[in-house]
Amino acid sequence: MSTNGLIGRSVKRVEDKRFTTGHGNYTDDIILPQQTYAVFVRSQYAHARIVRVDTSVARAMPGVIAIFTGADLANVNGVPCGWQVNFKNGDTMKEPKHPLLVADKARHVGDAIAIVIAESKDQATDAAEAVEVELEELPCVVDAYKAVQPGAALVHDDVPNNKSFDWALGNPLEEVKEAMDKATHVTTLEFVNQRLVPNAIEPRSYNSSYDPVSEKYTLYTSSQNPHLIRLLMCAFVLGIPEHKVRVVSPDVGGGFGSKIFHYTEEALLTWCSKQLNRPVKWTSERSESFLLDAHGRDHVTKAEMGFDEEGKIVALRVKTYANLGAYLSTFSSCIPTYLHGTLLQGLYTTPKINVDVTAVFTNTTPVDAYRGAGRPEATYLLERLIDLAALEMDVDPADLRFRNFIPPFDGVQQPGYQTQVALQYDSGNYEGVLKKGLEMVNYPEVRRAQQEAAHNGKLVGIGFSTYIEACGIAPSAVVGSLGCRAGLFEVGQVRVQPTGKVSVYTGSHSHGQGHETTFAQIVADKLGINLTDVEVVHGDSDSVAFGMGTYGSRSLAVGGSAIMKSIEKIIEKGKKIAAHKLEASADDIEFASGKFTVKGTDRSIGFGEIALTAYVPHVYPKDLEPGLDFSSFYDPANFTYPFGCHIAVVEVDKETGKVSLKRFVAVDDVGNVINPMIVEGQIHGGVVQGIGQALFEGAEYDENGQLTNGSYMDYCMPRADDLPMFETASQVTPCPHNPLGVKGAGEAGTIGSAPAIVNAVIDALWSGGHKVKDIRMPLTSERVWRAMNELIS
Amino acid sequence: MIPVAFDYEKVKTVEEAIAALSGDDLKILAGGHSLIPAMKLRLSRPGKLIDIGGITALKDIKEEDGEIVIGAGATHADIMYHNLIRTHLPFFTEGAATIGDMQVRNWGTIGGSLAHADPAADWPAMVLAADATIEMQGVKGRRNIKATEFFTGLFATVLEPNELITAVRIAIPPDGTKSTYQKFAQPASRFALAACAVMRFPDGRTNIAFTGVGDHAFRDTGAEQAISGKAIDDASVEAAMLAALQNVDVMSDHYASEPYRRHLSKVYLKKALMAVKS
Amino acid sequence: MSTRINVTVNGLQYSHMVEPRLLLVNYLRDVLRLTGTHVGCDTSSCGACTIHVNGKATKCCTLLAVQADGCEITTIEGLSHNGELHPLQEGFNECHGLQCGFCTPGMIMMAADLLQHNPQPTEESIRHALEGNFCRCTGYQNIVKSVQYAAEKMKMSEAVH
Repeated sequence: MSTNGLIGRSVKRVEDKRFTTGHGNYTDDIILPQQTYAVFVRSQYAHARIVRVDTSVARAMPGVIAIFTGADLANVNGVPCGWQVNFKNGDTMKEPKHPLLVADKARHVGDAIAIVIAESKDQATDAAEAVEVELEELPCVVDAYKAVQPGAALVHDDVPNNKSFDWALGNPLEEVKEAMDKATHVTTLEFVNQRLVPNAIEPRSYNSSYDPVSEKYTLYTSSQNPHLIRLLMCAFVLGIPEHKVRVVSPDVGGGFGSKIFHYTEEALLTWCSKQLNRPVKWTSERSESFLLDAHGRDHVTKAEMGFDEEGKIVALRVKTYANLGAYLSTFSSCIPTYLHGTLLQGLYTTPKINVDVTAVFTNTTPVDAYRGAGRPEATYLLERLIDLAALEMDVDPADLRFRNFIPPFDGVQQPGYQTQVALQYDSGNYEGVLKKGLEMVNYPEVRRAQQEAAHNGKLVGIGFSTYIEACGIAPSAVVGSLGCRAGLFEVGQVRVQPTGKVSVYTGSHSHGQGHETTFAQIVADKLGINLTDVEVVHGDSDSVAFGMGTYGSRSLAVGGSAIMKSIEKIIEKGKKIAAHKLEASADDIEFASGKFTVKGTDRSIGFGEIALTAYVPHVYPKDLEPGLDFSSFYDPANFTYPFGCHIAVVEVDKETGKVSLKRFVAVDDVGNVINPMIVEGQIHGGVVQGIGQALFEGAEYDENGQLTNGSYMDYCMPRADDLPMFETASQVTPCPHNPLGVKGAGEAGTIGSAPAIVNAVIDALWSGGHKVKDIRMPLTSERVWRAMNELIS
Repeated sequence: MIPVAFDYEKVKTVEEAIAALSGDDLKILAGGHSLIPAMKLRLSRPGKLIDIGGITALKDIKEEDGEIVIGAGATHADIMYHNLIRTHLPFFTEGAATIGDMQVRNWGTIGGSLAHADPAADWPAMVLAADATIEMQGVKGRRNIKATEFFTGLFATVLEPNELITAVRIAIPPDGTKSTYQKFAQPASRFALAACAVMRFPDGRTNIAFTGVGDHAFRDTGAEQAISGKAIDDASVEAAMLAALQNVDVMSDHYASEPYRRHLSKVYLKKALMAVKS
Repeated sequence: MSTRINVTVNGLQYSHMVEPRLLLVNYLRDVLRLTGTHVGCDTSSCGACTIHVNGKATKCCTLLAVQADGCEITTIEGLSHNGELHPLQEGFNECHGLQCGFCTPGMIMMAADLLQHNPQPTEESIRHALEGNFCRCTGYQNIVKSVQYAAEKMKMSEAVH
């Protein structure tokens, strides 16, 4: 197929100008005619019975249009969970209703009790304060492990032991036990993968309107997947006809997973807009975001990794308690299971693996996918264990990895690698990324400097993480068999206009990923036209036929592949038109550099002329339809499996415990690369979210279920002056099963980075004789200081 | 985040401000960078704001009768960039650069910070170590009070409700005086988790103040006595660290427990003393 | 009790009656409909609302509109002149200094303030100057490079003039 060299080039982003000049269009920027504003009355308690809600004073206040409470929505469904996981015994998971407004009791701080709608936000805020709510505080549960113990308070009265489900995967436990018993060394670690708050800088925002004449709703939403929101809201929550609902995700200011889910406010505002016949808008305050945007991670885990005398891993056994919060968010159930347990093979040839997960309700904010989603938890577990094992066995951590890597395979000549935990890796060269990383960091020199530092009373450490992830989510039949209630294909339409200009409609959604550039590069390259002749449209259910949205590093691998299918159809049809005009057989036409040419001749027609002919079909094949416009659905054959190697070098201040990140080397293999600049940007951002988890971030609840660091004054976001310049490189092992050979880059940085940092800190402490096994993330100065001083962390 | 409705009056002179202050339920608005966030969260709900941001006389930074006079309305940035300050009180320059962030430094004022008396704010430790005098004016007239007498507790000062800070006055230190502000920042808010300000005079007298440690900033007389007049060396620093924080109720929070904060404070005392070692 | 304010925003004069509790950011966004200035938090932390007031970088979520009476204001919409992008706007595009774009206007306005005070900043001083601006997408590395690009570009155009 033709190429004009656009694929693989760091083309500057075409979307930038509107953002750098202040002309982005985010949901909160939109004010509709007759706009009204909503403010919520929320529970101050983590668990409380609602005794009385009195709205009479508030209703009489200036500008107030309506106030609704849970009682008004008694007949409206709650928001659904999109993935069903069964108990080990086959029972269906416990899936209690997640109501749009709670009527009986509040189950986490921030649970919505009433919505107040007024002419202005000031008036709505004043009136919300005047709603009288009487709550009877109930005992609550916060910690996942404690929540399943006998006698714990119940989040949902009809869910015994607060267990949504239990689940296991891998080899039979007896086989794993047997292999573990034969191990000459077993490294055991009990640890917490702490809860994180996603913190997209644009707070969630929704603006819903209803037109009584056409009976059509329009919902503007800061969502990563407008079509999915429409499907869930219409089919499961409100029971309204899908063709009468337009959902638009305009510019969206970051998501990182937190804007995948169908939130109660989206459906409630849509419901309210019809009651009032006026548009209703709500934008989350940051303090609400902390309490409401689905959190990430929150696993309590015990893991054992057994080795033989040669340092080969012989068995891995994992038990995890996953905190799902108060309700099942849209994809919450699949994160600690199918996106975590399935990744525990890592890059290693471990022959026996068993993972057991108990998913638990607590009186906390719901937990769901946050950048990496399950895979960072799996990577953290494996990479902490193997680095710790190296320290315990006094083996070099890089060497220990080399002994255990799955050998290189391209997925074409050599078959994919079948893991013990259900996946088949597509292609990989795992030793390659570690070798490259060791060269970049100059490993012998770092070790020498570490010894010198130790000699001078300083603590320097180096930590590794070699990770794999499953993304390009996902083959519909596979996820369907595992309980997913949706297909995970993507839609890509390529419409060639009569003048040869091209409009591309994708079901992927860009909220920072740069699709308007990357997808245009693919189309322009393959059709041999200028980048400026391609426009990418996304995020509007009225323009784009359908779509599953952007998450799980899927846009290029799945969305890009759908576009590729349409491009192929366009070229095929173009050949027929060209053959007719050139009086040749379609089989004899080849397409290259924007020209259809009769093979072996200089007779050719340009792409533009073919486009015009398709729409002005005067001289045209008899049996061919006019037009040049194709839409394709692409359902991937497998997940894609990017992998890489992250290396951190840190210095720990002996007196204060403060960790300074000195260097960070990242070698990532994300398959073929369309735009290296954008991929590198994704890695940078991802790495910082991992560094954030390792060093700065973590949601802290007190025993009453209050989030004690629910603002930027207490929840530490990584800032510009916390970070060094990163050293990045790429390796390319193409994906063998999609037309672009791409794997996905959105989550790699986050998945790989956190364990490298923690391993480096542990390594630094060991270099000073502090043989600490674990420090709980984030590695605050005090925690590190305590670890050094052997106080209880 | 919308404050409760309030009345607003902008004043042009200190006299106008004093006159406007004779009422209940009102607050002075200087830079507003502590007050407005509290009002947005509706934690603070004044009925009326008196905006003193337009009083140009309060923004002056000048030398007067052997003193540096910093108008209460001078912003952190004004102080950070001022040559007089850089020359005579270099630790004010150094310390101002650690307050909040650039945007906050452009609006937040020294008077507002002192009046707010946040237990982890930076200025209190610096004005204490500089042995500053706080100049206040109210309906009963003008009064001066030493910084050491000014802070009385958590967010509490001797300031009367109908009184405003007009200036901070500091005797120009003799040549050879050294000063420093050493801060371990709370990583999220960047307020002081523990910070130590030290001013050491040529004769060896040493003023030591902490912020972020107790419920309000304070001079540490125990540490001062241990080091004053002595050469700064390992032994005297050790003695000062040992003597520091006697009878201080050290705070404990999410980022620093009581023992860690106590330890950190002493480490930062050491850093500060080493920084002023001649 | 509404109060009259007179402000100059991006070179144009405006006069409005406003409630004292109206924040400057809401005046810009909702009254003047200059929506390039964003709100990302409620604690004056994130910097998405950074504009220039009388030439100084300001978090306008922490300022009342009435406090800006008589002031000269520049927002992101006023940074380019006659269709020519400011070197920072160009630098952010050249160096991939933005992804979702939400923090970008505040980031650029803060960087513009820095370059006024310090036309040739070091990497460290750029990182320090941007401490009050959060970005969740880029990891800051390309933002630092974007500012360096702009500084270089401004130096070169200075040399030409």
